[in-house]
Amino acid sequence: MRLKRLIAGTILAGTLAGAALPAFADELFVPLFSYRTGPYAGSGIPIANGMHDYLTMLNERDGGINGVKIKVEECETGYDTQKGVECYEQVKGNGALVISPYSTGITLQVIPKASVDKIPVLSMAYGLSAAAEGNTFPWVFNPPDTYWDGASAIITDITRREGGAEAMKGKKIGYIFLDAGYGREAIPLLEQLSKDMGFELLQYPVPGKEMQNQASQWLNIRRDKPDYMVMWGWGAMNPTAVKEATKIRYPMDKFYGVWWSGGNDDAAAGGEAAKGYRTLNFHGVGADYPFIADIKKYVVDAGKSQVDPAKFADNLYNRGVYNSMLIAEGIRRAQELTGKTVIDATDMRAGLENLDITEERLKEMGMEGFALPMKLSCEDHSGHHKVYVVEWDGKDWQKSGDWFSPDVDMVKPLLKKAAEEYVASNAPWPERTEPCLNN
Amino acid sequence: MLYRESGQYKTSYISDQSIFPIREDRIGMMIIGVIAIAIPFVASDFFLNAIMTPFLILALAAIGLNILTGYAGQLSLGTGAFMGVGAYSCYKLTTIFPDVNIIILVLLSGLFSAGIGVIFGLPSLRIKGLYLAVTTLAAQFFLEWCFIRIPWLYNYNASGAIEVPERRGFGDIILTGPAAGAMTQYFVVLGIVVVVTLAVKNIVRGRIGRQWMMIRDMDIAAELMGVRPLTAKLSAFAVSSYLCGVAGAMFIFFYLGAAEPSAFSITLSFQILFMVILGGLGSLVGSYFGAAFIWGLPIVLRAVLPAMGIDIGAETVFHIATMVVGALIIFFLIVEPHGLARLWSLGKEKLRVWPFPYG
Repeated sequence: MRLKRLIAGTILAGTLAGAALPAFADELFVPLFSYRTGPYAGSGIPIANGMHDYLTMLNERDGGINGVKIKVEECETGYDTQKGVECYEQVKGNGALVISPYSTGITLQVIPKASVDKIPVLSMAYGLSAAAEGNTFPWVFNPPDTYWDGASAIITDITRREGGAEAMKGKKIGYIFLDAGYGREAIPLLEQLSKDMGFELLQYPVPGKEMQNQASQWLNIRRDKPDYMVMWGWGAMNPTAVKEATKIRYPMDKFYGVWWSGGNDDAAAGGEAAKGYRTLNFHGVGADYPFIADIKKYVVDAGKSQVDPAKFADNLYNRGVYNSMLIAEGIRRAQELTGKTVIDATDMRAGLENLDITEERLKEMGMEGFALPMKLSCEDHSGHHKVYVVEWDGKDWQKSGDWFSPDVDMVKPLLKKAAEEYVASNAPWPERTEPCLNN
Repeated sequence: MLYRESGQYKTSYISDQSIFPIREDRIGMMIIGVIAIAIPFVASDFFLNAIMTPFLILALAAIGLNILTGYAGQLSLGTGAFMGVGAYSCYKLTTIFPDVNIIILVLLSGLFSAGIGVIFGLPSLRIKGLYLAVTTLAAQFFLEWCFIRIPWLYNYNASGAIEVPERRGFGDIILTGPAAGAMTQYFVVLGIVVVVTLAVKNIVRGRIGRQWMMIRDMDIAAELMGVRPLTAKLSAFAVSSYLCGVAGAMFIFFYLGAAEPSAFSITLSFQILFMVILGGLGSLVGSYFGAAFIWGLPIVLRAVLPAMGIDIGAETVFHIATMVVGALIIFFLIVEPHGLARLWSLGKEKLRVWPFPYG
């Protein structure tokens, strides 16, 4: 009996060896690293649904991109870098066109690998800020904005409200962040800004393990009384922070979150009391767009989505859709450039680098007013695009104020310096050999 | 019929004391050896990179924990942190001495881990069982805190992660870094793991190992017979942490390529504890079984279920894997506390009398 079990086990292990599945030649393989499990699932699920549903909608409505079906496959990472690397190894051999790690930790791991394996990494508004330097990181893209743009934009908005750079002197700005690669990414820029503008930066790290227990951090915040709070949170950290902020009666209109702290569930945790909580955004909120109607018709109503109908087209869902739109447009651009319909990862890299989403194209996609036009180049893989602020009205996010630009002149030289430092500490870093098709 | 030791006479002490006294075992090991060397030439990079290499590394970590828990009877929950000590010391060593062969540094970094292990092993002289588990848990949290809060350990990197630099050795072969080949890394790991396992095998069947087992089985009796608990327990901590440290360094340098402190969290400690429990406490081969099982199960599920036509979501696979591992741990604790290793030896005993079983 036990022997039989042993034999069965051996056979099972044997089948594993032959289980590496080859990709089909007439498909566009887009793996999605998602996390529907674990402490970050609260943020991960809407993103995963949005990304999945947009690509599925293209398959259902248009039969793919220029007639080639997209093969969408999710790989569960649980926001765990180790599992993310495993996912990367798995999709690498299967002809993946582009990787979207959806975790700054995983992005940092795959950046050095991507240039060796020749697979582009699209870390949309997350990951390594310095990766915007296309000549140093030809295989990494972080449009439409880097974290440093985000930090700069928040400070820009605060400066505007305070009435000029002069008024910033002596102000206290608190920075509460997830103590991981993600939360720390913005610190160098904030420190630089604090030096330049003369405000005091107070740091409140939240360890990943204890992100649902932030009482001590908020106790310190109550004691320090910062004039503004800036948050770099993700997963279960966001709703906890919003709740704690309402508990100590922190003025919510002075509490800013980066775009990743802007989930509907995040703000809803504070309920009515969280009214005024503000986060950055770079795409439209709500469901009043033609393409969202298409997703509803072709995917959600057809039962091909996992999304909870009540949470359809919420803020993070739309973020996922926006991300998938970038992937799809990158593929389309690559097809245009190469004249092929079935492209490979190298073509995809060129496609992303030459991404140029115009006003007309947005209209064509039914995304007018949902996103701003964007353009990338060989030197600039981020674009440092305009962002705007959304405000929580107690029930949903509302646009507050106009689109504005982060302080690009200040961020760009710093990014350049950071990229040089990265190269120095990761020597020998490969020189860019990929041709530039921009000009 | 195939596996029978009758007719094999041992005529010298050396043959009587060899690790594999039975000829069939030796043949079996040779076959495994040939397979291990042949795998890279037939398998895909994914199989090597994501399955074989981490499996070997985790097996070594499981052996490390097995020394402490299975042989010396000291329950530890700090394995992940001890692996982290190895990884961070290897990273610092290679930053300070970039020209030294990385394999030497990996083996050296285990010494740092062993030192830390001995310090955190000191309480074991006074406290036992569950209470000791709590102090090792403290080690886990303290060391993890160090990895986050001491920027010197990660060279003041803004992201707080360590990134493996490219290192060459043996002429000009790239051993670590993103450009290193899957096959090179596999062979390096295989070499280290095999050599270390052989060394450990000889330790556990010698005087030191017997001391550990005496302490495990009844420490008062062992003490009365002249075993010093101080040296026995601390040497178990040292050897165990050394192995974990080497495994941790390899985990970063030959598998992950970069690491955040969260890579060495309590989750990793538990993962390795499960490997030891499922594989078999107090068995080296069991550590391999346990590592293969725990590491392989989610990957097998992910590959086999869709191949069988069962279309399930990526997250469901994880839920299933977690449930299966949980259920199996309970099953093994009730039915076969000695784990897969015991099943293996039962299988061998059955095979010995096959096809005419008796009794």
